[in-house]
Amino acid sequence: MIEYLTSRDFIILIIKIVVIFGAVMNVVGLLSWVERKVMARVQMRPGPTRVGPFGLLQPLADLLKFLFKEEVIPLQANTLLYIAAPLISLIPAFLTFAVVPFGPSLQVTDLSVGLLFVFALTSLGVYGIAIGGWSSNSKYPLLGAMRSSAQMISYELSLTLSVIGVVLIANTLSLRELVISQNNTWAGFIPRWNIFVQPIAFVVYVVSGVAETNRLPFDLAESEQELVAGWHTEYSSMKFLMFMMAEYANLIAVSSVATILFLGGWNGPMFGPQWLQMVLPIVWFTAKIGLFVFFYVLLRSTIPRFRYDQLMRFGWKVLLPLSLVNIVVTSFVVAIT
Amino acid sequence: MSGVQLLFFFFAAIAVGAAINVLVQKHVLYSALSLIVMLSAVSVLFIFLRADFIAVIQVIVYAGAIMVLFTFVIMLLNLPANEDGVDRLRWLKFIGIPLGLFLLFLIVATLWNVEPLGATRAEMVGSPKAIGTSLFNDYLLPFEATSLLILIALVGAVVFAKKDL
Amino acid sequence: MIPINWYLILGAVLFLVGVLGFFIKRNIIALLLSVEIMLNAVNLTFVAFSSQHGQISGQIFVFFVLVVAAAEAAVGLALVIAMFRNRESLNVDRSNLLKW
Repeated sequence: MIEYLTSRDFIILIIKIVVIFGAVMNVVGLLSWVERKVMARVQMRPGPTRVGPFGLLQPLADLLKFLFKEEVIPLQANTLLYIAAPLISLIPAFLTFAVVPFGPSLQVTDLSVGLLFVFALTSLGVYGIAIGGWSSNSKYPLLGAMRSSAQMISYELSLTLSVIGVVLIANTLSLRELVISQNNTWAGFIPRWNIFVQPIAFVVYVVSGVAETNRLPFDLAESEQELVAGWHTEYSSMKFLMFMMAEYANLIAVSSVATILFLGGWNGPMFGPQWLQMVLPIVWFTAKIGLFVFFYVLLRSTIPRFRYDQLMRFGWKVLLPLSLVNIVVTSFVVAIT
Repeated sequence: MSGVQLLFFFFAAIAVGAAINVLVQKHVLYSALSLIVMLSAVSVLFIFLRADFIAVIQVIVYAGAIMVLFTFVIMLLNLPANEDGVDRLRWLKFIGIPLGLFLLFLIVATLWNVEPLGATRAEMVGSPKAIGTSLFNDYLLPFEATSLLILIALVGAVVFAKKDL
Repeated sequence: MIPINWYLILGAVLFLVGVLGFFIKRNIIALLLSVEIMLNAVNLTFVAFSSQHGQISGQIFVFFVLVVAAAEAAVGLALVIAMFRNRESLNVDRSNLLKW
């Protein structure tokens, strides 16, 4: 075992883990800046401008504020579960990036069931919210947590079923193979992306992704007008920061899985010298993720919130039958051709 | 002791420790959360046995759906930790644990000498393709029967949980 | 390489923990959790044997055990809710109206 721990493969693995983890941590901070700026511009106001150029150091200022705030643990809270809940929320969100291929050779591990691994982690993320709300031992968190958990497990179904069409076409569950299968083009210039072959699945996945990460228009669980702050009402400073980081990391994870499945991952026009060709896939991947993130932030700024019964009706009666119909039609087409 | 064996002992210890924690805890929510830890540890052991599809399905279905159901019910029923009422069966615990250990001794003595099946251990991987091929060709009838079973369970759960039958 | 006996013995230990839990606990939900522990131990044994013999049928059976466990948990919890509504307690010793 010692010779494995000091071999070249292990060192490269550790470097990949450090690079990807560091990148995701930084992007989570940057994402809060992007969200505030875009929301502000949509609402015709400047947004953060004072801290650093264009307000770019605002996330750093927020982080310092969170570090220096007082950690309050309410007396009536169940201390062990109260402290564990942000961790339970944070760990699956970051663990998703262990199987996401950022480039042809920048992937921590390529599981043969990588796509199912991502969905398994999504299922485990429900516990952070349920335990966080219950352990706070107060009525608004409990209500918010129950609503949010019910919403998350309902939309998990349409999330998982909508990608089965893509899996049927590509005939594999590994994320790297899914990206490689979208490498060619039709007629020389239309890329063989799955969004052209599976438009319904794409729409269902994007909508379910918004619902899974508890963002507007599906954020009834943390709506300010009704529930103070939902399941993270009683949380302060670092634990609240961990919940927020988990939410942003979940958003980036859903966006990356959406680009891998439907937009061709790191495929894109390759040009230039050798060193540029090594960096270009990562650039394309990041650009596509940025597109999705921008779309989600725009969605937050413009669309009003769903009511709870509308939300559940939409998930069970609209999205779930749509994804099932998509599976049936796709399997017919795949069986015939 | 090679690295794989060390990892096996680590996850086996987590599984057994979490299972014992399910019994020991007074509040049933802590028992449910320990069970989730045990299910994840057993899922890792499935990966050691190269059954990766079953491992991920165990996390999605067992730890991610069934245990969410348990957690919801426990949170909704919201009982205090200590159940009142005299514990009439204290003597059962005192003779139950030695009897259980005797049962364990019998089982372990039987299983200690299981011969590994020679050197021709087939290189089988529990890939989704292998499971799908077998499930939809050889075991199609049980597969369709389970869909009927789930429908029955769904109807049964809705009927039992109604306020006015 | 991990010998197959170790998995089988681990399955036996987990099964025993489930059996003890089923005998000792008085809360109905804890009884259901002990049943889940026993089912998991059986799953581990099935997968261990499936890996030893190189046949996939062990894992197919695990698949079916998983489905049955899900159905049983759903109906069991619905029964628990109905029971709780009637007698405000989850102690199994309270459900003794049929005793003579």
